[in-house]
Amino acid sequence: MDKQNNFGIPVKEKQPGRIYIYVGTGTCGLGAGAGKTVEAVKKYIQEKKLNAELVEVGCIGMCTAEPVMEVKANGKCRISFAKVSEDKVNAILDEVLAGKIDNAKPLYQYEEAGLEKWQSVMTMNEYPFFVYQTRLVLSNCGIINPAYIEEYAAAGGYKALAKVINGMTPDEVCDTVEKSGLRGRGGGGFTTGKKWKFARANGAGQKYLICNADEGDPGAFMDRAVIEGDPHRLLEGIAIASYAIGANKAYIYIRAEYPLAIKRIVAAIEQAKQYGIIGKNILNSGFELEIAIKKGAGAFVCGEETALMNSIEGRRGMPKPRPPYPAVKGLFDKPTIINNVETLANLPDVINLGFEKFSSIGTKTSKGTKVFALSGKVKNTGLIEVAMGTTLRRIVFDIGGGIGNDKKYKAVQIGGPSGGCIPEQHLDIQIDYESLKTVGAMMGSGGMVVMDEGTCMVDIARFFMDFIQKESCGKCIPCREGTRRMLEILNRISSSYRSKSTAETLQRFKGVVSLRRLAQVIKDTSLCGLGQTAPNPVLSTLRWFPDEYEAHIYERKCPAGVCKELLNYKIDEKKCKGCTLCATKCPVQAIKGVKKAPHYILEDKCIGCGNCADVCPFNAVSVS
Amino acid sequence: MSQIKAILEKFPNAKRESLIAILQEVQDAEGFLSPDALCQIGEHLKLPSGKVYGVATFYNQFRFIKPGFYNVQVCRGTACHVKGSLKVLEAVKNELKVEPGQTTKDGLFSLEVVACMGACGLAPVIAVNGEFHASVAPEDVKKILNSYRSKKAV
Repeated sequence: MDKQNNFGIPVKEKQPGRIYIYVGTGTCGLGAGAGKTVEAVKKYIQEKKLNAELVEVGCIGMCTAEPVMEVKANGKCRISFAKVSEDKVNAILDEVLAGKIDNAKPLYQYEEAGLEKWQSVMTMNEYPFFVYQTRLVLSNCGIINPAYIEEYAAAGGYKALAKVINGMTPDEVCDTVEKSGLRGRGGGGFTTGKKWKFARANGAGQKYLICNADEGDPGAFMDRAVIEGDPHRLLEGIAIASYAIGANKAYIYIRAEYPLAIKRIVAAIEQAKQYGIIGKNILNSGFELEIAIKKGAGAFVCGEETALMNSIEGRRGMPKPRPPYPAVKGLFDKPTIINNVETLANLPDVINLGFEKFSSIGTKTSKGTKVFALSGKVKNTGLIEVAMGTTLRRIVFDIGGGIGNDKKYKAVQIGGPSGGCIPEQHLDIQIDYESLKTVGAMMGSGGMVVMDEGTCMVDIARFFMDFIQKESCGKCIPCREGTRRMLEILNRISSSYRSKSTAETLQRFKGVVSLRRLAQVIKDTSLCGLGQTAPNPVLSTLRWFPDEYEAHIYERKCPAGVCKELLNYKIDEKKCKGCTLCATKCPVQAIKGVKKAPHYILEDKCIGCGNCADVCPFNAVSVS
Repeated sequence: MSQIKAILEKFPNAKRESLIAILQEVQDAEGFLSPDALCQIGEHLKLPSGKVYGVATFYNQFRFIKPGFYNVQVCRGTACHVKGSLKVLEAVKNELKVEPGQTTKDGLFSLEVVACMGACGLAPVIAVNGEFHASVAPEDVKKILNSYRSKKAV
């Protein structure tokens, strides 16, 4: 093999006549039972004495279809099946290996030259979930075996790194990346090439690169899927970035909650060392690189650059005021560049495609693609990658398949606790960094939670405030105290009233009026990004769903029926058998009645805890 | 105690930057961080034990009381919240009769609330000793926990 071009990684030849069975074993696959499917496949191969290989791949992105099993056999195209629990394995394999699929319902097939296509099965490029996607970062996820460097190399891996080290100066790399228009995918959206140049401008001394894989946003799992499904792509990106800024040591700061991702990346580093991709004097260029793993310990604020560096240094993960910027004085007081996993995973494509081609994807200000974790009340939850500028409607209704259970769309929460929600009238918004800001949301890291009419927006705002308030590091007062006060105001409007006095109503009203002002102060005066963006979920729900707030404040009702304490409980006299269970469980003795006769609830005493509805064996308690 | 010593020996001449890694290893081995362990770690790194404690309490991952044989993690991420994880948490609390952060009297279960486990496509999720259970309804909780109870009894 040509050592100079791909580090001498041998290509694993596919044996003709061999059967390949692929099972998706990412964290979500395993959660859905892929472990048992793998066992069943192994047993099948053993029993039938097949010339077959079981390949454990990463996540293809269709979480609702997990566990996914794919088969390539008998000169036919690779074909994919959804929800293959252990009991279905035998039947499906029997049919596919016999060359006919009568009962098994396949999802799609992969078109491949020289292989016979299955009849009346959609190809992957026709399948609705994939047809609107542009997969660059995820191109290998769920397709290649992440445990083998040879498979990544066979898919064109490490060519970009070889090209960079052989024929480009670090300045040229920075230029190319800047011209490609690649922007940070972690949320801020700063131009990556520009950021690198700041670090390059700081002399030739010790520099560090940090890969931020501390994916703390609740509702986001892009980085996990990339690392689990294609760890070598991340390593290649890290090596390219380190070469460009002149760093000889890189850290991967990864959440300890992702054990599988850690296992995969550690194994990938070992393999890369064997082929001299990481180490001393890479490709005789004099460039050396060492990569260390740092496990995060579960603090949301550590996604912030300066807090993250404190954490790597073994301190409390609290942010520092900037300047000095990390690119000037960062980790151990040396110039440091911090890039998100997805940003780094884009680099091989930027180099391979060239900046003209890369920047032809996307919109005027936002280039390339973005990976989103689509979850919540949508039919097809999963991991998707779309070109910048794709409309939200396309994502929710075409890729996501619309809202489940025939309910109506209400909003999409994008950008996690720092972002905002997008209501129905803005469904046709083209997603890029700038347009999202115009509707009060932000790109964030890419969590996208879909909500239907059964979701209460006040409750969502309260949920995020509760999260932020717990995760605030406590260093600066606006964030520490302000978020607490905001949470209290929200709690007050969504909890039941203890008295009917007008004073209390007035207080609730005053709270909401000052909510906006308080939010503005927190935004303007907080030290780091966590505080500066903390009020966003509240501001955005206030902006788009004021009617829901009003219903909570004036009518003391939760239109979506979520805020438990605002619900009205009634006992159906016909269903009640007078078992007295509810009366004993009521914490405020609001339920009256005699044994074996229908009970009733004293409305003014009821605090709406819902205990009675939970315990009633006859479903006699109705909620409105 | 020798367990902690063995871990500390793996980090000779360690500096402060190894602190979190050491804390993680000790917790993995012992299940929690005892006051004694914190003091030993401080001695090894030549750091006041107060500083060690300060770092440990900052991060959500570290526990200071002995966890149960099974650690039940209930995810309260956004996607899980939207799909009703609060009711699941209530059901787990009712079933185990403990609050988050506590361990049952028999020492079999401890309950922990986590921000997000990154399995949002399967929401709501609970994990027992790292084993994931997807799309959990409040009614399923009893069955899941009982399956662990019977496993331990065998």
